[in-house]
Amino acid sequence: MIQIRELRRKLGSKQVLDGVNLEIRQGETLLIMGRSGTGKSVLLKHIIGLMTPDSGSITVDGVDIVGMSEQELSAVRRRFGMLFQGAALFDSLTVGENIALPLREHSGLPEREIRKRVAERLEWVGLTGVENMKPASLSGGMKKRVGLARAIAMDPQFVLYDEPTTGLDPIMADVIDQLIRSLQQRMGVTSVVVTHDMQSAFKVADRMALLNDGRVVFLGTPDEVRATRDPLVRQFVEGTSEGPIRPV
Amino acid sequence: MQEDLALRGFRYVRRRALDWVAEVGRVTLLIGETARLTGPGLRSFRLVVQQMAAIGVNSLWLVVVVSIFTGAVAAVQAAYQFSSVVPLKYIGSVILRSVVIELGPVLTALVVGGRVGASIAAELGTMKVTEQIDALEAMAINPVRYLVVPRVVSAIVMLPVLTIFANAIAIFGGFVVSVTTVGVTAHVYITGLKDFFYFKDLFSGLLKAVFFGGIIGWMGCYHGFRTEGGAEGVGLATTRAVVSSCVLVLIIDYVLANVLFRFIFAQ
Repeated sequence: MIQIRELRRKLGSKQVLDGVNLEIRQGETLLIMGRSGTGKSVLLKHIIGLMTPDSGSITVDGVDIVGMSEQELSAVRRRFGMLFQGAALFDSLTVGENIALPLREHSGLPEREIRKRVAERLEWVGLTGVENMKPASLSGGMKKRVGLARAIAMDPQFVLYDEPTTGLDPIMADVIDQLIRSLQQRMGVTSVVVTHDMQSAFKVADRMALLNDGRVVFLGTPDEVRATRDPLVRQFVEGTSEGPIRPV
Repeated sequence: MQEDLALRGFRYVRRRALDWVAEVGRVTLLIGETARLTGPGLRSFRLVVQQMAAIGVNSLWLVVVVSIFTGAVAAVQAAYQFSSVVPLKYIGSVILRSVVIELGPVLTALVVGGRVGASIAAELGTMKVTEQIDALEAMAINPVRYLVVPRVVSAIVMLPVLTIFANAIAIFGGFVVSVTTVGVTAHVYITGLKDFFYFKDLFSGLLKAVFFGGIIGWMGCYHGFRTEGGAEGVGLATTRAVVSSCVLVLIIDYVLANVLFRFIFAQ
């Protein structure tokens, strides 16, 4: 379980996170929605320790990761997998080498086992036989799926998804949504998905949180989101420019 | 009005001075972190070999072209300056000592700094803006160990190697010009080389190259890691890496020349 308490972070003159409180339960898929620039990705990077908050705490299974040394954080990060917005595949490595990288660095598995694991993860994301391709020759959807295969290579306990369907066509977005669901069922992982794609949100979420002005202003199940009369949530879900959230 | 202008000027200078101190601090931390992680970083020997090829082998042709013309120009200039003052039999020794002590290491560092420093900064800068460095950290892989150590170690090892090639080729370039256009015989040129070869000259040139390699590697990595924004940020980082490594090469060259020839090798 991940608990976030009174998390605050200022970037430049902007208070991006202004007292975020959130609890991510074991085995659930929690979806964080919000407008672009509201700090969703910043929150995700705090959860995995890539950014340090100005104040507040983040506990992973009861252990506070804020203020941990690099070595301690490294041990925590091995329990996480993260899919980045642009997949963040290493251009100089092949698809197979990208997925094998965390295994070669941390697992101590023999090379034969690593190759087997790479092929298996690629099969899970619906891409077989692409081990020797370079990321530059992949389509956007393929890159995301390879990024996902890399994120789950080490059998993580938690998977973080930063805008997994952004920039994809609706069919490929649905493929990614199904993968997120199937990986949760297959591996029993706890997932945190950051998105502003509402169609995708309802397909993958067990619970949904709305982040606005640096705070979580609504938290509920997809049914509660559909039923709520909260004007902020309604405006966001319906995607209208009229309402309490002012377009900037 | 004048006071206001003076105050603004003072604040500007103070801000720039503080920025500079912060920059020096960050570079020092990166050097310290690289030193701490050199042992673990060298375990990925394949990465070091790849970087040695990129930094050393791939720069060889550039170094060959620059060096051959450096030697050739040194011969022409020496012949012109010697005219009626110094016997031409010393041309080989003058070319040898100027190439080995100064021209070989410094010109190699400047051309390799332009080529390799820019390439490291552009590569790491692109990795930074496309979140690849965040991805490394998210996988619990230290970016300094994985990216900086192989590049800096390779630059430190390969710069002296390239300098040895540069020295030999520049001396050969000087030989060709001296024999074909200046009118010095091959025997006289080679005797000049032999009579005035001192090991301390070669050593000091190669020691400089070690420092220059470190400067090029660290400046490329530092500016790559500090890249912000998109393509514009990558361009800016590349320019800063090249300019800072070239300026630092010249400053450190002066400092080392003083230390080596006024104190260590002073007779």
